[in-house]
Amino acid sequence: MVAPRALSEFIAEANEILEALGRELLALEESGLEQADPDRLNAVFRAAHSLKGLSAMFGLESISRLAHHAEDLLDALRLGKAPLDQALLDLLGQVVDMLQEMLGEASRGEDSTELKERSEMLAGELQQLASGGGQDTADVLDQVGIDPQVRAVFTEYEEHRLRENVKKGVGLWKVRAVFSLEDFDTRLATLNASLKPLGEVISTLPSSQPGDDSSIAFDLIFGSSKEKAELEGRLLEGATLAPLTDKMFSTPPPPPPQRKKAPLWDDKSISGPALSPLASFTSTPSGLSRLATTPEPSLRSLTNTVRVDIGRLDGLMNSIGELLLIRSNIEKLSDAARQASGPALPKLWGQELQREVRALERRLDELQKGVLDVRMVPLGQVFDKLARLMRRLVRESSKDVVFDVSGGDVELDKLIVEELSDPLMHLLRNALDHGVERPEARTRQGKPPRATIGLVAKQQGNHVIIEVRDDGAGIDEARVREVAVDRGLVTREQTEEMERRELLNLVFQPGFSTRRDVSELSGRGVGLDVVKTNLQRLSGLIDISSRRGEGTTFTLTLPLTLAIIRALMVKVSGRTYAIPLNAVLEIVAVKDEQLRTIEKREVIEVRGQTTPFIRLARVFGLPEEKRPVHSVVLVGLAQQRLGLAVDELLGQQDIVTKPLSGRLRGIPGVSGATELGDRRAVLVLDIGALMEELLRTQVAAS
Amino acid sequence: MSTRRKVLIVEDSGATRELLRAAVESLIEVEVHTAVSGFDALKVLPRHRFELIITDINMPDINGLELINFVKKNPHYKDTPLFVVTTEGREQDRDRGLQLGADEYVVKPFVPEQLCELVRRYLKL
Repeated sequence: MVAPRALSEFIAEANEILEALGRELLALEESGLEQADPDRLNAVFRAAHSLKGLSAMFGLESISRLAHHAEDLLDALRLGKAPLDQALLDLLGQVVDMLQEMLGEASRGEDSTELKERSEMLAGELQQLASGGGQDTADVLDQVGIDPQVRAVFTEYEEHRLRENVKKGVGLWKVRAVFSLEDFDTRLATLNASLKPLGEVISTLPSSQPGDDSSIAFDLIFGSSKEKAELEGRLLEGATLAPLTDKMFSTPPPPPPQRKKAPLWDDKSISGPALSPLASFTSTPSGLSRLATTPEPSLRSLTNTVRVDIGRLDGLMNSIGELLLIRSNIEKLSDAARQASGPALPKLWGQELQREVRALERRLDELQKGVLDVRMVPLGQVFDKLARLMRRLVRESSKDVVFDVSGGDVELDKLIVEELSDPLMHLLRNALDHGVERPEARTRQGKPPRATIGLVAKQQGNHVIIEVRDDGAGIDEARVREVAVDRGLVTREQTEEMERRELLNLVFQPGFSTRRDVSELSGRGVGLDVVKTNLQRLSGLIDISSRRGEGTTFTLTLPLTLAIIRALMVKVSGRTYAIPLNAVLEIVAVKDEQLRTIEKREVIEVRGQTTPFIRLARVFGLPEEKRPVHSVVLVGLAQQRLGLAVDELLGQQDIVTKPLSGRLRGIPGVSGATELGDRRAVLVLDIGALMEELLRTQVAAS
Repeated sequence: MSTRRKVLIVEDSGATRELLRAAVESLIEVEVHTAVSGFDALKVLPRHRFELIITDINMPDINGLELINFVKKNPHYKDTPLFVVTTEGREQDRDRGLQLGADEYVVKPFVPEQLCELVRRYLKL
C-alpha cells in the first residue's frame, strides 16, 4: 500500500490544489460571471483534473469520483457547452468544501458512509448540470484553413479557444520568438504578459526545428482584433509576427447567438446577495436546505507543510555557506593559537578573532531572519477561505451584507495563520448574526440597507493588527451590564464604577453571552471567551470598541512570529525572566518616593501618564528586597501600559520559546520557557496575560 | 560515469511524480531524471542522453501533446521512445498523442508493475 510519507505528501498537494480551487472560484465570482476569464476557468478545470488523477493514484476513489464529476462540469464550462451562473458557482463551492472534508477524513484514516452519501448526492447534482449542454455545430475551424500539423498538437480545449476567437472574427497570428535555453521561461512570461492585454494567447508551441544548442524557438498562437502594425509595435525584440492562416477572412463571420442562460435564477437574484432566503432555497437546484445540517467545514489546512519560494531557500543556503567559511577561519586561528609558543598571543590574533566573531553574528542574524521568512505565509490563505464561507452565510441569511477584505498579503508565521481561522470565523459570524441588522431595520434608522462587514489586516512594526468590524447596531451597554450581573460575573456596584471600555470587555468573560436567540448560523456553544483564549495562546490581544447605532470593531494584535523572539532578560530575586522585546517600550528608573497609591494599587507617573506598577517578585511570590530606586520595564500592548519592577537588567537576547509542560503550565503571567546556553530554564513573561490579570484584580478590588 | 539508462519523467504533480519515480526506479538499471513542467523538460532534455521519456498531458505551461510534437519532430530526440501517463480519458486527446508519435499511452491510476514491464520492454532490459 501507499507509504505514510507518500500519503502525507499527497495530502499536502491535494490540500494545496483545493486552496487554489477555492481561490480561483472566488476570483471568478468577483470578476463577474459574464466576463469570465477563460484562463481562470481553465485553471479551475485543471485543478479539478489534477485532483482527480492524484487521488486516483493514491487509491482514494471517492475523492477521485467527486473531482471527476466536478471536472466534467468544468470541462463543459470551459468548452462553452454549459453556461456559468451563480448557482453553479455555489455548487462548486460546496464541492470544494466537501472535498476538503473528505480529504480531512482521509488524512485521519477514516471513511464514513455519511460523508460518502453526501458526496454522492453532490456528484449527482454535478452530473445533471454537466449533461445539459449542446454540441457545437459545423466546425468553423475547418473553414479557416489552419495547417493540420499545427492543429494536431492542440488539446480539445485549445481548439475550443481557437474556435471562440474565430467566431469573434479576430485575427489569428503566429508570434515566433527565439530565446536562450537558460531563461526562455521568464522571457516567455514577459512576452505573454505583453500580449495578454491585446488579445488571447491560445497556445505556446515549442518549435521542433533545431536551432543552435543554446536556444529554442516558440510559436505563440495568438488571437487579436488589433491591426498588424499595432501588434508589431508592442512585440518584444526578437519576436516576429505572421498570420496563422493563408485565408484570413475579409469579413468576420457573424457573432454567435447569445446563449440563453438556464433559468435557474432570475436576473435579480444573480445580481447580488439581496435576495430573500426563501428564494434561494427554492430556486437553486443544489438543495441549500441540506446545508443547515451540514457540519461547518474546518478552515484549517490539513498539513503542517509550508511551501517555500525557492529564492528564500537559496538565501538560507548562502548564509550557511558564509557560516562555514567563518567556521574555517576561526578554526585556522585556533590552530595557529595552539601551535604558537609563549604565554601571550599576538594582539593581531585577538583582533582577527573578534572580526570573525562579528561576522559570525551578522550571518547568524541573516540565517535567523531567513528561517523566519520561510515560516511566513500570507494571511490571504485563511482570508480566502473566510470570504468563501461568508458569501455562503450571507446568502443563507436574511441580511444584505457586503464582505470587505483587505490586507491578505500581510504575512505572518504559518503557525499563527493556522490558529487564526477559528477565532476569525467566530468573530465574523458574530458580526453577521448579532452585529448587523436586517435591511428593514437599517432603513428605519436611516442607514443604507446594505451592511458592511470588514476584515482588515495591516502590519505595524513587529505586530500584525487584524480588525473585524461591522457597521451594525453596536453593543448595548445596558444589556451587557444586565447580563454580567445576572450571570454573577460582577456586582451591580462594580459595574457602576466601570468605564465603558471595561464594561465592553466583560463580553470576553467565560460564561457571558448576550445571544437572545440561537440562530441557524451561529457556532454552537462557543463564546467570545474562547476567542480570547485562542488569541492569548498566540501571545495576541483582543480589544473591542463599539458605538451604539454605528457598529462594533474587534481589534486583534498579534506578533509576527512565535518561533524566535528577541527578549529583554531581567533578574528578579535571583531568578532570570525573559520579557518579549516587542512589548517593551522603555526602561525607566523610579525612586521609591515617586510611587503613588490609587485605589490600593501602586502607580507611577511616566511622561505625564499614570501607569499601573507591579513588582514581579510579588507576582511570582518571591522574596522582595527593599530598595530606594526601582528599575522599571515599561511594557505596552495595544492601548495598555504597565510598569514592571525588576532587580536587574541583563540585556537583550534571542530566545526560542517552548510551550510550558506539566506543572508549569498553570503559572499565570507566563507564556513559555526558554533555555539559555547554560541549560537553565528561563520563564518567558506573557505581557498580555499580566495586563489581563491586572485589569481583573482591579475590577475585583474596586 | 554511470552506465545506467537515463529516463526522464515529466509530471507537474509532486506526489504523482514520486510514485512514478519509485515505480521506474525499482529497475536497478535505470537512472531517473525528473522535470516538473513542459518548460522544465525543454531545459533538461539537451543535458542528457535520455533513452525514454515519460510525460503527463495536462501541465501548466506547454501541454504534453506539444512536448510530444517537439520531441518527435526534433532530429535529436525523435527516436527516443515516449510514454504518455495521464488521467486524460478524452479520446480525442489520446488519439492525438498517438498520432503525434507517443509510443505508449498509460492511463492513471497505473499499475507500477505494468509500467515497469513497458519500460523494460522499450529499454530491452
